[in-house]
Amino acid sequence: MKWVGLIAVIFTGGLLLSAMDDFPNWGDAHSPANASPVSQYYIEKTIEDSGVPNMVTAVLADYRGYDTMFETVVVLIAGIAIMAILRVMNGVPGGARPSPAHEIGDQHDIIIGTTCRLLIPVLQLFALYVIAHGHHSPGGGFQGGVILGASFILTAIAKGLDPALERLPEKRYVKLAFVGVVIYSGFGVACLLLGENFLDYGVLQVLLPTIDAAEARSHSMLGVEVGVAFTVSAIMFAIYANLASKGELEGGL
Amino acid sequence: MIWQFDIIILIFLVITAVISLRVKDLLAASMVFGTYSFLICLLWAGMGAVDVAFTEATVGAGISAVILIATVYNTRRDSSD
Amino acid sequence: MSEITSQYLIDHFNFWVAVVLMMIGLYAMITKNNLIKKLIGMSIFQTAIILFYVSAGVKEGATIPILEHHVAETEQVEAGEHAEGHSTTKASSSHEVHAINPDDYSNPLPHVLMLTAIVVGVATLGVALAVSQVIYKNYGTLEEDEILAKIKAAENDG
Repeated sequence: MKWVGLIAVIFTGGLLLSAMDDFPNWGDAHSPANASPVSQYYIEKTIEDSGVPNMVTAVLADYRGYDTMFETVVVLIAGIAIMAILRVMNGVPGGARPSPAHEIGDQHDIIIGTTCRLLIPVLQLFALYVIAHGHHSPGGGFQGGVILGASFILTAIAKGLDPALERLPEKRYVKLAFVGVVIYSGFGVACLLLGENFLDYGVLQVLLPTIDAAEARSHSMLGVEVGVAFTVSAIMFAIYANLASKGELEGGL
Repeated sequence: MIWQFDIIILIFLVITAVISLRVKDLLAASMVFGTYSFLICLLWAGMGAVDVAFTEATVGAGISAVILIATVYNTRRDSSD
Repeated sequence: MSEITSQYLIDHFNFWVAVVLMMIGLYAMITKNNLIKKLIGMSIFQTAIILFYVSAGVKEGATIPILEHHVAETEQVEAGEHAEGHSTTKASSSHEVHAINPDDYSNPLPHVLMLTAIVVGVATLGVALAVSQVIYKNYGTLEEDEILAKIKAAENDG
């Protein structure tokens, strides 16, 4: 098996490496990928169309809004799949294992507890900043959502899974994950109801407190980023909580 | 992008990838994989892809390493290869 | 090292390393016996593809794809006061199109595609780890050959 794998890998790698010579040079501003009219349009027209300085956020949430919406749905489905695979309800044989780590987690370590109590609010505030400031600086719904989810994971690691689940119970994070997708698609449906294409935010200027279509696009981008952040943060915590406790949602790492 | 940094980080990337696949202790493999993610995050920050670097720093170096360690904790730590 | 070879190295090294990392990941996925090792190989394969895409979007001497703030502010200053910003904004923005040169900013399109790919990648990694935990619960091992032997033994019994 090893030899077959090695031969296949060397053959494929050799083919790819020999093709690499035909590639445009690294950093070439006029390579086909960089000179394509689509990329040039994004760079030139973003500020005019939506007034958002961060082109990546503008392309993510506006020009390619369908893509991002269904990526969010993929994350939601992955979270549901993990719960479907792992989650065991109470009273199932094999559950209620008194793990040694659980006892260690019960001893209150004063250094870790104090550090986390100081760190977690700052972390969550930073996550909100990253979400809200995503169109002016690096950041956005995905990054901010992951940081928000990571703050709950930090609670779970430092104090045990049960205190973390008290703050964000299973019912609540499942609801949050769905609310995120509903917010995102709600913006699309609102555009449809106002007589435009799905996710064409310009028409939302009659609903939002804005002066023109470009500003409406900017505000709608913030709205869909908030939706993305809801789903991503809830699902990241769901993945950790289920994987760390074998789906029992108690004890665990 | 300063190309000297680029080349040094790329060499380190290959080294960490090989180590994380060669080491027999799965906990160590997960930690080295976190290092790999962090190095590739540096590489992207250098190449001007700041949003990708930010995502990789939070997701790759943060969440993936943690969920790998959670799985190793719930299964076995040693591996045959 | 002469000028020409070092220039050749700079031009192609990123793509070579992307291929090498891809092949390391592929080799691990084919030959490793442990399921967690296979998943680490899969993640390395994935980052190699992302590295390839991001390398294709780099421009020499270009900055990050975020417009400088004073560019956006000039527009507002030229547009005048808040209330009457409407008609003048269009005039000033047509003036501004000439100010933005696409060669000054790296290509944002590969960044967007890869940003979502990373987040979806960690979600699929989570699903794979969940499946491997269930396999461990049912077979008591994560080694591929032992799992196959147990499946074969169970088939022979039944």
